Amino acid sequence: MNILEQKIRLAMEKRRPALIPFLTAGFPDGGRFWSSLVELDESGADIIEIGVPFSDPVADGPVVEEASRRALANGVTLRGLMKELSERKGLIGAGLVLMGYVNPFLRYGFEKLADDAAAAGVNGFIISDMPFEESAFLRGILKKRDIALIPLVGPNTNEERMWLYVAENEGYVYVVSVMGTTGKRGVLASQVAATLRRARSIFSLPLALGFGLYDPSQLKMLPDDAQPDAVVFGSALLTHLDSGGSAAEFLQRWR
Amino acid sequence: MKNSYFGDVGGCFVPELLMPPLLEVEAAMENILPAPEFQAELEDLLHNFAGRPTPLTYCPTLSGVLGFHLWLKREDLLHTGAHKINNTLGQALLAKKMGKTALVAETGAGQHGVATAAVAARLGMDCTIYMGSEDIARQAPNVMRMKLLGATVHAVENGTRTLKDAINETLRAWISSQESTHYCFGTAAGPHPFPTLVRKFQSVIGREARSQLVKKTGKLPDAIVACVGGGSNAIGLFHPFLEDMTVRIIGVEAAGVGEPGCFNSAPLNLGDLGVLHGNYTMVLQNNDGQIEPSYSISAGLDYPGVGPEHVWLCKSGRVRYGMVKDSNALAAFHCLCKTEGILPALESSHALAYVLDHPQEFVPGSTVVVNLSGRGDKDIGIVAGREMNP
Repeated sequence: MNILEQKIRLAMEKRRPALIPFLTAGFPDGGRFWSSLVELDESGADIIEIGVPFSDPVADGPVVEEASRRALANGVTLRGLMKELSERKGLIGAGLVLMGYVNPFLRYGFEKLADDAAAAGVNGFIISDMPFEESAFLRGILKKRDIALIPLVGPNTNEERMWLYVAENEGYVYVVSVMGTTGKRGVLASQVAATLRRARSIFSLPLALGFGLYDPSQLKMLPDDAQPDAVVFGSALLTHLDSGGSAAEFLQRWR
Repeated sequence: MKNSYFGDVGGCFVPELLMPPLLEVEAAMENILPAPEFQAELEDLLHNFAGRPTPLTYCPTLSGVLGFHLWLKREDLLHTGAHKINNTLGQALLAKKMGKTALVAETGAGQHGVATAAVAARLGMDCTIYMGSEDIARQAPNVMRMKLLGATVHAVENGTRTLKDAINETLRAWISSQESTHYCFGTAAGPHPFPTLVRKFQSVIGREARSQLVKKTGKLPDAIVACVGGGSNAIGLFHPFLEDMTVRIIGVEAAGVGEPGCFNSAPLNLGDLGVLHGNYTMVLQNNDGQIEPSYSISAGLDYPGVGPEHVWLCKSGRVRYGMVKDSNALAAFHCLCKTEGILPALESSHALAYVLDHPQEFVPGSTVVVNLSGRGDKDIGIVAGREMNP
């Protein structure tokens, strides 16, 4: 079992959803990124998704795009991130996932990416613009190093397409809550329960719900048989940190 | 999804949430588009609404100076002023048959936006256009035209505030509107099936040019030339000639100001392989895989990527891709105005400039066809501004 799945199952045994904060690399600045990462880890994050900034983030809403833009302006690079992660290997107890877009990973070189990720203690990747059809090559490379390539499914992913992702995947399944981009939304869309039930009937992996989450009360709207095993929050956390809030404070609400 | 690659380039690199609508477009391309009823309806619209066939015009003065026969394929004479309407008519009609009620599109210079808005109005569809705020400022008359034609125009304030970011924003909008809406993609790039779909609708340019020239001269051209931004007018002219090995094919990219290291719009010549807007293609990027801003005096060529089929044609050697600088395109613009009485778009002026600047590459007495992809009325402000403040 991939370590990411283990982390989520451990939380499930404690009868709580696993907590997966998302933080753009180098945001809000170099120093606070690393201190926030440690703080998230110490405050109960089970897995941390680190956003790798890209100039053209088509799956992201305004908050994550702005965080990406600022990170790039501050000189954040994948090479730099990998180096700093490997220097800090073992410091973070939570599972580590890198989330981004194909091109920076491709430019880095998939083989080198997998080697360096393994050396830096990265357990998985989420690549927003890599659907199943384009994933075979990278998936093979990552599998050899026991690194998961996390699939994303959403309200319009039918059973047939979910089955495509079943056989090869490890870690967890990222269930996108809305037909839209990342970013805070008031209420969960009505189709979330249907999406979670459909995913549950097909995947044996844990389900992580993301896009638009900011408060635990949102989950209360979901029926018992459509509760996610993990929750991902990105934009709301970035906004909280940017306005001077602490990572510990943010996670407190979810524990 | 069927074969989405041209050799090893192309593909479909999009969020999973965009796969279902793209598969739907692919299915429509295979099942609806080839049907005789669809083709007949499209042909009627192309003829009676857009103004096809466009003339193939001989240039007597320039031919005399150059020593070979120069012909222009007059896409500038189409309704809304450029070849763009060949594609928007095709896609809008297809969307309508798919049961969609609205179109969403990006635009750079505004030509594709205007062509989409006009077709949406004609076919009774809603229309939303995303345009970079930088481009909105540069192309105010086209913004007005889109609005007059009933489109909603959204200013995109992200990133470089130009075409690249308008495409990002349109892809985002399409994620949430896909049930009712078709993304009328403007060039032969983007995720599969758009490069193939747009080429199918633009190939009318090459088919017409071919039969017109054969009718007029009794033979095929010796060379054909078109400008390449995303590459839709070029692939439209080139595709019907690809198997005629006696026809030399030349694509022309925009070199910008032309100084080494400066921003340009020539990814085939100066970029390298990467993924942008859903396809693996040549792009302008830095060492970390971040997309670099592009630059050209011609807004329609100002794009850091290029359609994947051009990459494949470049690799295979079938098509040669040259570059032309801003200043040479401007000189060609003036030259065509004064010698032949035609005001070309700055985009098309790049293709023309290549021929004017490299006469030695063309055999004396041979026949050369240049695609005049659009008219230059939209550019007079840019030309005037440039020449008053050089």
